[in-house]
Amino acid sequence: MNSRQSSRRFFLKTSSVLSAFAFIPESAKSFYKEIKKFFIPPKEMMPLVVTINKKPYTIDADSRTTLLDLLRENLHLTGTKKGCDHGQCGACTVHIDGQGVLSCLTLAAMVRGKNVTTIEGLSDGDELHPMQQAFIEHDGFQCGYCTPGQIMSAVACVNEGHTHSIAEIKEFMSGNLCRCGAYNGIVESIQKIAK
Amino acid sequence: MRPFVFIKPDSANQALSRKDNAAQFIAGGTNLLDLMKKDIAQPETILDVNAVLSNTVQSTGKGISIGAMMRNSALAMDKDVVARFPLVAKAILAGSSPQIRNMASTGGNLLQRTRCPYFYDITLPCNKRKPGSGCSALHGNNRISAIVGWSDQCVAVHPSDFCIALAALDASVVISDKNQKKTTILFKDFHRLPGNAPDKDTNLPANAIIHSVEIPNNVFSKNYAYVKLRDRDSYAFALVSVAAALQLSNNKIVDARLASGGVAHRPWRWNAVEDFLKGKEPTAATFKEAADIAVKDTKPLTGNGFKVSMLRGAIEVALQNCLTA
Repeated sequence: MNSRQSSRRFFLKTSSVLSAFAFIPESAKSFYKEIKKFFIPPKEMMPLVVTINKKPYTIDADSRTTLLDLLRENLHLTGTKKGCDHGQCGACTVHIDGQGVLSCLTLAAMVRGKNVTTIEGLSDGDELHPMQQAFIEHDGFQCGYCTPGQIMSAVACVNEGHTHSIAEIKEFMSGNLCRCGAYNGIVESIQKIAK
Repeated sequence: MRPFVFIKPDSANQALSRKDNAAQFIAGGTNLLDLMKKDIAQPETILDVNAVLSNTVQSTGKGISIGAMMRNSALAMDKDVVARFPLVAKAILAGSSPQIRNMASTGGNLLQRTRCPYFYDITLPCNKRKPGSGCSALHGNNRISAIVGWSDQCVAVHPSDFCIALAALDASVVISDKNQKKTTILFKDFHRLPGNAPDKDTNLPANAIIHSVEIPNNVFSKNYAYVKLRDRDSYAFALVSVAAALQLSNNKIVDARLASGGVAHRPWRWNAVEDFLKGKEPTAATFKEAADIAVKDTKPLTGNGFKVSMLRGAIEVALQNCLTA
């Protein structure tokens, strides 16, 4: 009898405590959500329509998504690198309609209807782009972090014909910084392909 | 970056009707996105105006009209611009990197914010960013700051190279205000001096939009120069820059244009120097005297006295280079 009474009391106690526990986190959660809504405005989602390396994508994402973050975080095309994220280093250089641009300062929402080419889109299957091969042959990199951006700019440099002198190449490539200092190899790679 | 609603208006008028103080137009985005990432610009709405404004250069009887969405790189390579306004092409190519020139628009270039380090650091006072908070650069690190036209409220400098050429060539800016009324602002009246309201960079009315920049025909396509001195050979803002152009006849200077960047809150025209040059022989002695007249008006700060001698040299070299251009 004793044991039955205590077990009923035990049941009532534990079940009410448990149900209280079940409710508290929910109310705390909604309270936190209310506070958050007050202090942090909710993100704006929108459909982003892009064409990357000739492949069309439609992704529902935050309107703040830069082309760089879209490539790396949403599409997992991590060849394009994030260096400074403020347009000072050139590591994030991609081509939009054939022209070199900084993907970190481009909103993904703004490239609708345009053709984006990244470092992944340069090679033909397992066949490297001649510029990629030239960078390997002429030691155009050491750590390799700036290299995708350097190669994208180097391809634009040759395509646009700014290869008449070392000074002209260096001026055109000035938007891409290399902290290892592989500049001489980079210039040699461009000269090789320009010939 | 704070969340925003992204809108692509169908027409310039629709863009204007959606524009209020909480909204920002975006063209290239090279300056705006950077400012948004640093929480200096906090627009709630972004209006993408790339498709609703002109991105071409048109020859008019009086000169050329450059659409607000014309990219810097395309403008610097435009055949008409290179032939008739080579100073503009030269100044553009002295600025920034190829990637940013591919992105940056004509209208956006005019509205660039200063690169003063205190403007970019939201933890420090800056009257331009937060009116009334004080100017950190006045007695702080003011190596890159102004040497002329500054006030004790703000010593920031205007960052553009393109605008220095536009100032020298007497350009004007065609705008539409919020009521969709088109007006023209002379370039010399477009950018402001800091005075007591350094938060305002330009005299563009609130929520107005830039349609085009017009440059009148001129006689400066032969003898011109753009000299830019900076911390590294390329891809850096000017410490001092000089746009110079001369009209020569029978070994006499008939007309002269001289403007500088990196020295003031707006592109700076050296009107007294231009007046001095008119009628003189284009000799090294004349140019030296001209440079002396220019620097006489400068008032360097605690940390940028070097800019005065730098400016003197840049003016002499620019005028000299006009003869061999």
